[in-house]
Amino acid sequence: MNPRLAVNAVVLAVLALVPVYAARTGDPFLMTLFTRVVILALAALSLNLIMGFGGMVSFGHAAYLGIGGYAVGILAKEGIGSGFVQWPVAIGASALYALAIGALSLRTRGVYFIMITLAFAQMIYYVAIGLDRYGGDDGLTINQRSRFGGLLNLDNKVVFYYLCLALLLTGIYLVWRLVNSRFGLVIRGARSNERRMRAIGFPTFRYKLVCFVIAGAMCGLAGALLANHTNFISPAMMHWTRSGDLMIMAVLGGMQAMFGPLIGAMTFLLLEEQLSRITQYPNLVIGPLLLFVAIYVNGGIDGLLGGGRRG
Amino acid sequence: MVYFIEQFLNGIQLGMLLFLLAAGLTLIFGIMDIVNLAHGSLYMIGAYFAASFAEWTDSFVLGAILAVIATFAVGIVLEIVAIRRLYARSHLDHVLGTFGLLLFFNELVRLVWGPAGMTLSLPSEMLHAVEILPGLFYPVYRLVIIGATLTVAGLLYGLVMGTRLGMLIRAGASNREMVGALGVNIKLLYTLIFGLGAALAGFAGLMQAPILTVQIGMGENILIAAFVVVTIGGIGSIRGAFVAALLVGLVDTVGRAFVPDLLHVYLTTSASASLGRALSSMMIYLVMALVLIVRPEGLFPATSK
Amino acid sequence: MRMTTIVPTTVLALIAGLAVAQAQQQTVKIGFISTFSGPPAAIGNDMKNAFELGLDHHGRKLGGLPVEVIYEDDQIKPEVGVQKTQKLIESDHVDFVVGYIWSNVLLASLKPLVDSKTMTVVTNAGASQLAGEQCSPYVFSTSWNNDQTPASLGLYMNQKGVKTAFLLGPNYAAGKDMLAGVQSTFTGQIVGQELTRWPDQIDFSAELSKAREAKPDAIFAFYPGGIGAQFVTQYVQAGLKGQIPLYTAFIIDDLSLPRLKDLAVGIASAQEWVGDLPNAANQKFVADYRAKYNAMPSFYGAQTYDAVALIDTAVTAVKGDLSNKEGMRKEMEKAEFTSVRGGFKFGNNHIPIQNFYLDEAVKNADGSYALRTAATIVKDDQDKFHDKCPMK
Repeated sequence: MNPRLAVNAVVLAVLALVPVYAARTGDPFLMTLFTRVVILALAALSLNLIMGFGGMVSFGHAAYLGIGGYAVGILAKEGIGSGFVQWPVAIGASALYALAIGALSLRTRGVYFIMITLAFAQMIYYVAIGLDRYGGDDGLTINQRSRFGGLLNLDNKVVFYYLCLALLLTGIYLVWRLVNSRFGLVIRGARSNERRMRAIGFPTFRYKLVCFVIAGAMCGLAGALLANHTNFISPAMMHWTRSGDLMIMAVLGGMQAMFGPLIGAMTFLLLEEQLSRITQYPNLVIGPLLLFVAIYVNGGIDGLLGGGRRG
Repeated sequence: MVYFIEQFLNGIQLGMLLFLLAAGLTLIFGIMDIVNLAHGSLYMIGAYFAASFAEWTDSFVLGAILAVIATFAVGIVLEIVAIRRLYARSHLDHVLGTFGLLLFFNELVRLVWGPAGMTLSLPSEMLHAVEILPGLFYPVYRLVIIGATLTVAGLLYGLVMGTRLGMLIRAGASNREMVGALGVNIKLLYTLIFGLGAALAGFAGLMQAPILTVQIGMGENILIAAFVVVTIGGIGSIRGAFVAALLVGLVDTVGRAFVPDLLHVYLTTSASASLGRALSSMMIYLVMALVLIVRPEGLFPATSK
Repeated sequence: MRMTTIVPTTVLALIAGLAVAQAQQQTVKIGFISTFSGPPAAIGNDMKNAFELGLDHHGRKLGGLPVEVIYEDDQIKPEVGVQKTQKLIESDHVDFVVGYIWSNVLLASLKPLVDSKTMTVVTNAGASQLAGEQCSPYVFSTSWNNDQTPASLGLYMNQKGVKTAFLLGPNYAAGKDMLAGVQSTFTGQIVGQELTRWPDQIDFSAELSKAREAKPDAIFAFYPGGIGAQFVTQYVQAGLKGQIPLYTAFIIDDLSLPRLKDLAVGIASAQEWVGDLPNAANQKFVADYRAKYNAMPSFYGAQTYDAVALIDTAVTAVKGDLSNKEGMRKEMEKAEFTSVRGGFKFGNNHIPIQNFYLDEAVKNADGSYALRTAATIVKDDQDKFHDKCPMK
């Protein structure tokens, strides 16, 4: 059997069964950990859409986690606890921000693009620090998770977990459809050789911008989920090292694979967790590991499993 | 007015420190095309070395000299062991790999020096303020920083403009492939440049240490500012780094000092305070965004593409 | 082995590794959250040392049960603090959580603690929200509320005839509380105040310049931990020491004094505990601490030492039945243990009602420095937020 398919299937099975296992062993921490894995996998997936397939290396993607999270937190504090309002605002605000900074950033290339996306993320980070009413640097506790009027009780850990998992799988499916559509072909073509695409007649800037906005919106949803998960928002959600974490997850898993970001997120977060139990100095292992992957590995874990470089 | 001059001097001081970091970064960027997130770690290590050496030798100056040499050595080793293997890879791989190095160094420092941080004390001669203008007291040590960093900047300028190595550096920033094709030992050049960048970063770190504490992760905030400087100044250009560093240092310091007060004219105290804080922190990024929109390659790009 | 086998096996191993079950013995499990990195690590270590000494004094048993302590580092960050708190509750299944230096870390961590009904003893952070609306039957404090210490200093500044003041503090929950605390009792005029970036801003030259420009009678400053020492050093470096007197909260303590030495002499500060308080429990605490650790304990340690005795009374009262939270709470509310402060009572909000002393730094004959009690500023002081607490 195709090893990649086998691994993907096992991963899905494990994720589906986590709540069952956690209930049996009476270990709520497992649920907390895996919910975090699933949410960050969604964020990494959105980054991979523009980075892996679009070739746009954004170093400011954590900004959308923050925008989505703060949308939920701010509305909750102001008395609007309904998820039907909070989540669309989270997605919409992220999309708007992506539109604004995408329009400016996509005019630049290469390392300048990396820098300017970083700069825009830093800007919103400092805005959050300045929001005294919403905790500023101290952050803000969210006392009540998003309410969905009796349809879903997010306070129930199991319900929340399966909701996040469902959203992740929907996201993967969406990305798969997008990448393999005509739109996706243009994006991937632009990554390969933008001049040629433009010569053929495609307004690549517009396509890239749309892609950028979709990625931002998806990550904004992940941010709303994260805020609910931790019941806490703080500017730290948007710190540039968080953006770095997302990039690591995408690259580690394999940027050309649909399940890459999920596998990357799982590997990275579980590795971090396990190493912290064994040693006081987990980064003595993780650091060199990242370096190793950067130097020698092509295509991440997916590549190791035999995934080819597509497009 | 006195307050303004004081802030202006603080801005110059910050700018000079940024220049030391940015100079190394821009060379590494421009010549070796490497995005080096571990540069802040070299800044941190320079400070830690200085704190330890100063303790052992009981002398700030001796500790500083030894620390610069040690950081230079670390830079050389780092280039040989890790960095040179990244040249052939993509920018994303650079970000990933050097981020890994950043994490590694933070942890290594925690292992070797412990989590609590260190202090670097100044000799007592530097511990007071001098009245440089009537009514204007400025700490002696900050004047020392400005003086020392200007001297180093001058030496760097002399190196880059007046020596053969400097000529190779400028040529490499301008056209990397040609320099290699002309038979220069590129490998050695790259190693030396990285070591030089490391030494500059370490020097900046130890100079800053008596004002801020020496702690794990201390390089991360200033690293971002250094990247902003390099981007504004133009990749590969030391002159650009100098101008941009002063600009960024002044904008950041003067911004933090005066923006809240400026806003206070129009807004209530609490609103102007929080908005002012946010705005002044954002200023250097706004400047960078502006520069990139008007001149996408920075102010003085070394390479003409 | 081929990559296609190694990779999946590794991933599965990672997952499986989490599934190791933990053997349970009847112990009292305590999760201890403090700061062990950066300049304030000195505070965390002092608290840890005092806690360990307290456990030693109790024969490593509380209520007759053996004790297990898990120490966690919040790295001065609220988001890390809440994560570690959740880990202690969900993964380590602790019976008590002790510690919290910082108000913002505490506030971020309150919800998981209260939601899980975990008995908590806060040994430093004094967030006013904890004394007020967010008080909880499960959370006790052996320290104070943030406004108490600066309020006593405000009273002292009035006594000294200070007419105008400039306030300086860090921009987080405690910083704001402290400055508000001074303003609640100080009758003079506040000519300016600055909240500085926390915790990474350790360079105060800009703010000190502003203070100098405003020409106040006095400067009040609050900067905890090692950063306080930096502040005083810069205050002296800027040439302000002879010019504008400094009144401080939590800057000069037994941790920073050995570094500040002469710089600290002549700077006023207030504490609810000073090393030379004459009661028997305190004398034993200070003597044994010095013998074991070769240093003076600070008020952080004194507060943490008290937590051991408090928990002991609780576990003893319920005869080791740690699920009886009500029983433990009732016992803890009585505060019937020997505090190194000489005894205090809890208010309805579980915050101590206690004295505050003016302390000053003096140089001993042997060249070392010590803090000694100079006067009692106020007796049986209660925080001003207890009315907002819904508990009776």
